[in-house]
Amino acid sequence: MTARPNEPERYYNYAYLDEQTKRMIRRAILKALAIPGYQAPFGSREMPVPYGWGTGGIQLTAAIIGPDDVYKCIDQGADDTTNAVSIRRFFAQVADVATTEETGEATIIQTRHRIPEKGLTEGQVLVFQVPQPEPLRGLEARETETRAMHAYEEYGLQYVSLYESVAAHGYIASTVGYPTMIEERYLMSPSPIPKFDNPKLGQNPAILLFGAGREKRIYAVPPYTNVRSLDFEDHPFETQTWEEDCALCGAQESYLDEVVLDDSGERMFVCSDSNFCAERRAAGHAGPMAGHQLAALDKEPA
Amino acid sequence: MSAVLDLADIAPAFPDPTRGSQAVFRKVMECMARPGVIHDLAFAPDAPQGLDRAAGAVALTLFDFETLIWLDPRLRGGLAEGWIRFHCGPPLTGDPMAAAFALVTDIASAPALTAFNMGDAKYPDRSTTLVIQLPSLEGGPQVVLTGPGIKTEMTLALAGLPDGFWAQVQANHEQFQFGVDFIFVAGDRVTALPRSTRITIKGD
Repeated sequence: MTARPNEPERYYNYAYLDEQTKRMIRRAILKALAIPGYQAPFGSREMPVPYGWGTGGIQLTAAIIGPDDVYKCIDQGADDTTNAVSIRRFFAQVADVATTEETGEATIIQTRHRIPEKGLTEGQVLVFQVPQPEPLRGLEARETETRAMHAYEEYGLQYVSLYESVAAHGYIASTVGYPTMIEERYLMSPSPIPKFDNPKLGQNPAILLFGAGREKRIYAVPPYTNVRSLDFEDHPFETQTWEEDCALCGAQESYLDEVVLDDSGERMFVCSDSNFCAERRAAGHAGPMAGHQLAALDKEPA
Repeated sequence: MSAVLDLADIAPAFPDPTRGSQAVFRKVMECMARPGVIHDLAFAPDAPQGLDRAAGAVALTLFDFETLIWLDPRLRGGLAEGWIRFHCGPPLTGDPMAAAFALVTDIASAPALTAFNMGDAKYPDRSTTLVIQLPSLEGGPQVVLTGPGIKTEMTLALAGLPDGFWAQVQANHEQFQFGVDFIFVAGDRVTALPRSTRITIKGD
């Protein structure tokens, strides 16, 4: 954990957003929690990063964060990627919060496209960055129509799409952003997390908040909510599996990224969750390439 | 509605509005995410004229010029109205159907739940949130809560609710995605009940 800077002078409002914007976002969060899976519109503001870099997630975090929070930010599971490092520094600067890479230590975890491997707890809030909140958008371009489809629970088109995938490929080919049904009422995009993470959405002890800045939508999955990944009786939902273990920590149960190492096609599979992998290696677990230079446990320079 | 506010009558709000409203919101968010859990808002400032500390804290945190507020007739024209108008600046309405929030201090004489806005089929978030002040959040008849946010079940025993209120809340849940949402306050304490929660009345 890094200490908060406690700067006496502040050139922006606390947590960047003005108070009225935060109130507006907070009201949308309460309604999103009251109607799990429903996309509540909100007045998304222009943020100091471009759309697609997490403006929805940043606004959600800014509306809920306080000086007692411990903030973690991950991008595709990793704490040390450009997007994660710059957003983490942003909140350390504008919100005086302590930051961490340890999943268990954080009270707010902002994530781009992964759910941490380590189970979350009741005191935690997971904030997802969402590029496209509408699961039906690829099937129906008009917002007026998709809104009516949600209003009248008209989700036949989604099943047709899954069936077409089965007819074409012999299985449901979707691997990220796999559509989910919340409490058997609202169809919800889980954001582009791998379907490997879909089972963690349901009955999770933490509060799950989703923010889409460009599309101006907030939605939520409260703790201990029923979340079902859509499937068919003869084509049940399955998550990805790997024949390899993590090359660095030897994990067999985590989500693995394939990393190409050289021009001759040499490759390794490593945990996408960098904190999970680092903790395992620190605890003495070793994979087949544990001596590789990428295995060194470097901390981000302060 | 009085035309001019006498500033000498206006009690102070949060000493630090940014930190104060953030701290209150996190408690209210936890309440809405975990129905039946009770949180304490003892750090909030005093509210005037029969308005409890928790009720005032919720108003200061969520009301502003964008939210039409239905005020309990008991609060109308008094110090509480002046306090809310000065610190939050919300437009007030006498029409419960138009209200984004209703601040209710006398639930027995308040309009039926169906008089408030139930939301639109396409925009169910446009429904009214009722902030209901009670004598206590404990010691009343027990109801059992199940649904999103609740691991197995929760028990809530709010005191001071009129007969038939829980039947109205059950009817409110039955028409999900439509429905109003509740924030209950008493003294320093707060709990919430979203429309998604199933209610079982003990002894039914």
